[in-house]
Amino acid sequence: MSLIKGKTGEWEMVIGLEVHAQVISKSKLFSGASTEFGAVPNSQVSLVDAAMPGMLPVLNKYVVEQAVRTGLGLKAQINLTSVFERKNYFYADLPQGYQISQYLQPIVGEGTIILDLEDGETREVGIERLHLEQDAGKSIHDQHPTQSYIDLNRSGVALMEIVSKPDMRSAEEAGAYLRKLRTILRYLGTCDGNMDEGSMRADVNLSMRRPGEPMGTRTETKNVNSIRFVQQAIEQEARRQVQVLEDGGKIVQETRLYDGMKGTSRSMRSKEEAHDYRYFPDPDLLPLELDAAWVEDIKTKLPELPDEKKARFVKDFGLSIYDAGVLVADRDTAAFFETVAEGRDPKLAANWVIGDYFGALNKSGADLQTAPVDAGKLGGLLDLITDGTISGRIAKEVFEEMWERGEEAAAIVEAKGLKQISDSSEIEGLVDEIIAGNPGQVEQFKGGNEKILGWFVGQVMKATQGKANPGLVNQVLRKKLG
Amino acid sequence: MSELTNLTIVGARDLLAKGEISSKELTEAHIVAVEAARPLNAFITETPEKALEMARASDTRRAAGEAGILEGLPIGMKDLFCTEGVLTTAASHILDGFHPTYESTVSRNMWDAGAVLLGKTNLDEFAMGSSNMTSFYGGVENPWRRSGDNRPLVPGGSSGGSATAVAARCALGATGTDTGGSIRQPAAFCGIVGMKPTYGRCSRWGIVAFASSLDQAGPMARSVQDTAILLRAMAGYDAKDSTSVNVAVPDYEAAMTGDVKGMKIGIPKEYRVDGMAGEIDQLWQQGIKWLEEAGAEAVEISLPHTRYALPTYYIISPAEASSNLARYDGVRYGLREEGATLDQMYEATRGKGFGAEVQRRVLIGTYVLSAGYYDAYYNKARKVRSLIAGDFAKAYEKVDAILTPTAPSPAFGMGDKMDDPIAMYLNDVFTVPASLAGLPGISIPAGLSAEGLPLGLQLLGKAFDEETVFKVAGVLEAAAAFEAKPAFLAA
Amino acid sequence: MSVDKETVAKIARLARVRVDESRGEALAKELSNILDWIEQLSELDTEGVEPMTSVVSMTLPLRDDAVTDGGYPDRVTANAPEATHGFYTVPKVVE
Repeated sequence: MSLIKGKTGEWEMVIGLEVHAQVISKSKLFSGASTEFGAVPNSQVSLVDAAMPGMLPVLNKYVVEQAVRTGLGLKAQINLTSVFERKNYFYADLPQGYQISQYLQPIVGEGTIILDLEDGETREVGIERLHLEQDAGKSIHDQHPTQSYIDLNRSGVALMEIVSKPDMRSAEEAGAYLRKLRTILRYLGTCDGNMDEGSMRADVNLSMRRPGEPMGTRTETKNVNSIRFVQQAIEQEARRQVQVLEDGGKIVQETRLYDGMKGTSRSMRSKEEAHDYRYFPDPDLLPLELDAAWVEDIKTKLPELPDEKKARFVKDFGLSIYDAGVLVADRDTAAFFETVAEGRDPKLAANWVIGDYFGALNKSGADLQTAPVDAGKLGGLLDLITDGTISGRIAKEVFEEMWERGEEAAAIVEAKGLKQISDSSEIEGLVDEIIAGNPGQVEQFKGGNEKILGWFVGQVMKATQGKANPGLVNQVLRKKLG
Repeated sequence: MSELTNLTIVGARDLLAKGEISSKELTEAHIVAVEAARPLNAFITETPEKALEMARASDTRRAAGEAGILEGLPIGMKDLFCTEGVLTTAASHILDGFHPTYESTVSRNMWDAGAVLLGKTNLDEFAMGSSNMTSFYGGVENPWRRSGDNRPLVPGGSSGGSATAVAARCALGATGTDTGGSIRQPAAFCGIVGMKPTYGRCSRWGIVAFASSLDQAGPMARSVQDTAILLRAMAGYDAKDSTSVNVAVPDYEAAMTGDVKGMKIGIPKEYRVDGMAGEIDQLWQQGIKWLEEAGAEAVEISLPHTRYALPTYYIISPAEASSNLARYDGVRYGLREEGATLDQMYEATRGKGFGAEVQRRVLIGTYVLSAGYYDAYYNKARKVRSLIAGDFAKAYEKVDAILTPTAPSPAFGMGDKMDDPIAMYLNDVFTVPASLAGLPGISIPAGLSAEGLPLGLQLLGKAFDEETVFKVAGVLEAAAAFEAKPAFLAA
Repeated sequence: MSVDKETVAKIARLARVRVDESRGEALAKELSNILDWIEQLSELDTEGVEPMTSVVSMTLPLRDDAVTDGGYPDRVTANAPEATHGFYTVPKVVE
């Protein structure tokens, strides 16, 4: 927990997040139009999405399955009966004049998310609910001096609104929550989590209080489209609220809009004046009844989730919690690691994946799919280290070469003659020569200067261009220097 | 009135099948009748060219041996059904110029069965009304007149154009939609048969929505058998409507065996309401007698929450309507009134595009759903609706069908009750309860009032048991032998 | 009277229906009459009664996730009073 120091003392943030996550599906929540991104205006619109007279919604089964899967992934209560309601309001991008959403009876109830914090600590944040609803269309304001243009391609795409409990106390925790939620959604394959494309958006509910006191009035900052902006918006809004409160003012319950570019926010509308959504059950739909056996079936087919995977990596592979956490943060990375670690020393694999491999990815801008070195090739390199063909130091050189040329480690070692010298007679010969040629250093060693041994090792390495097996060199030197 | 336009669907079907008439001849006769009946204002849009084209295609199909169950029959389509390429208005200014790019499931089913479109019939705006006086395109005149009184009467509503077109022999049959009585009440006022099937029997896809949990399409025609034939074509499961029920559509005609011996007919005591005209009660007693004479047994039943049905309906239907009508905003179709801001454009468009009754209901619906009132009104109404449905369920443990009057009065004068919404709403007192319970009901013309106006009796059935309704209605129809014709035909 | 002129104005604004000020008073009276009439429901005890969710006794049907619709932008904007470049248009919205 981090407290904010004001002029009059310390303040605590109380943060809840509402995340809108676009469900991965081919077609929309209530119509057969495509959900694909970026098509010709109004081309992915059915008569239902355009709210033509007499059009009726029919629910997408796969979207329901995705919501259930997500609920299960959040260890949440699955409600076998849920109800779609109409949220009535007028807006240019809302063709029906209402959004079909869930209100009193959402499909998913309470659950939990475990946050992985910077210091390796974990912290639990409650999920209040998850419900399904329709996305709105898009208004384009900059094409005409007096008109806004409306494109309904997004209209009716399925969203999951995932509401957290007000359990977070800092911007860092909010960031960790979003990262973890995104990881879980991606593991489940229920949302691609791309905030920059708008397929995951966050609304921040924030209030300030003196530690230990009841919650204050909150504001809602809408549609923040990156984790960094969420954290900045929280910091900024917390400061604003503290200032208002310390100046003797009152926080107005309102919706605010954050401008990530300017790093400022402004009031959009005051809740009490504007909205009365007149929710009521959508009479075009019946209550959604789920079969318990169907839910159970989805549950048994859930993929291993990051928390379980992390625990397994620690337990079965002996990885540190930190390393395990880094590896499971992305489902593909974890799978990559497991392929590399298969039949090999998992710690060596982890070091290489997290160290050199991630480094190379970052530097080159490549990802796991496009990287020149795949899991098999990296494994081949590790095998050469493990069986003593090359040293760890040479391996780094080989890896760089592999990245550049996309070749197998063995081929590079062979071609460049990088194979480690593990032949003791060859090394003995070299050591004899060096001892003979450097009596001064030999004397120093015999006089008790242990550090000089490193100088001898260096000489051997120099003579072999680093290929001598370092362990063997040490062993031979000690024997000969006696 | 030519011989061809005075045919029933059954009669026309036989002549077509025998090759004695063609659909083209039949359709041409009806086009003439539609034109002649223009003073009644039954149609918002006439489609004579399309009708002839469809009739010719029908004759071709028949010649090829591919006749559907409505093959070659010219009908009217309530202008609440979206018809591809044909102006669809819901009788509202706000749908100005709207030509759907799609065809409603029910109308599609009818064209697939071979029916011919004569035009789109007039209605109360967005089907909100019991008089057909709320149409932006003007009121419809009932073809009937009181004896010795030439003042125009309303045809009832909201399917008043359809009822009038059928009664005035402009169409062999027509579609209606019934939310709280909008098929049955105008059928009673115009002396024809109107059938509202079980909720979920006909697809709502492509029908301009009024109150989604209540709206149901159904047939209107001049005999019970005719409505049975029409419904068979209209009905059926539709995956595009989540409230459409996947059950087989029976051959309703075949159900009309004429045998009601031993059947138990419920007579709900709560329907003997204050202010009901004595002649209505007399007709009801007569109906009971006819059924008893045919071997059925009349059983008094109680539907104790009947008196709460109308207020319940007038919470639920406007609430749903207020939301269903939110889409008429001047952006994607229909009327648009300019405004400097988005909200000003919305308010101008909806202020001008919706008539007084629609505005009234939208406002009531908005109010009852608004913060702080949901539980007191809407949720309360949903609970009462459960009680009303429960009343019927209990009654149907003892009886096979229920007999009541269709409306508390015969047709009233154009302009009457217009300044008193509640008096207007009371027209639906006998039809609304079954609507709230989603049950099938039919109105058949059973007699004339002292002033010479048709009166209807209503038969209600169990959910998805339209067969029993048709069967009993057929017996009642035969006993009543209603032969009177509207004054318009004599003129 | 359950609703006054101001309430009518508020509801009308919520429903985005322009109501002439001159009609406010009359409309308030009409709506009040209707609401007072509806009010009779309150005399009925509905304690413990489940609100009706649907008259049809069936479960909500679900469809398969397949692209079966859309791909006809011309039909989507065919009836629009002021479509341009394939978009619907509205008076400029300032957020």
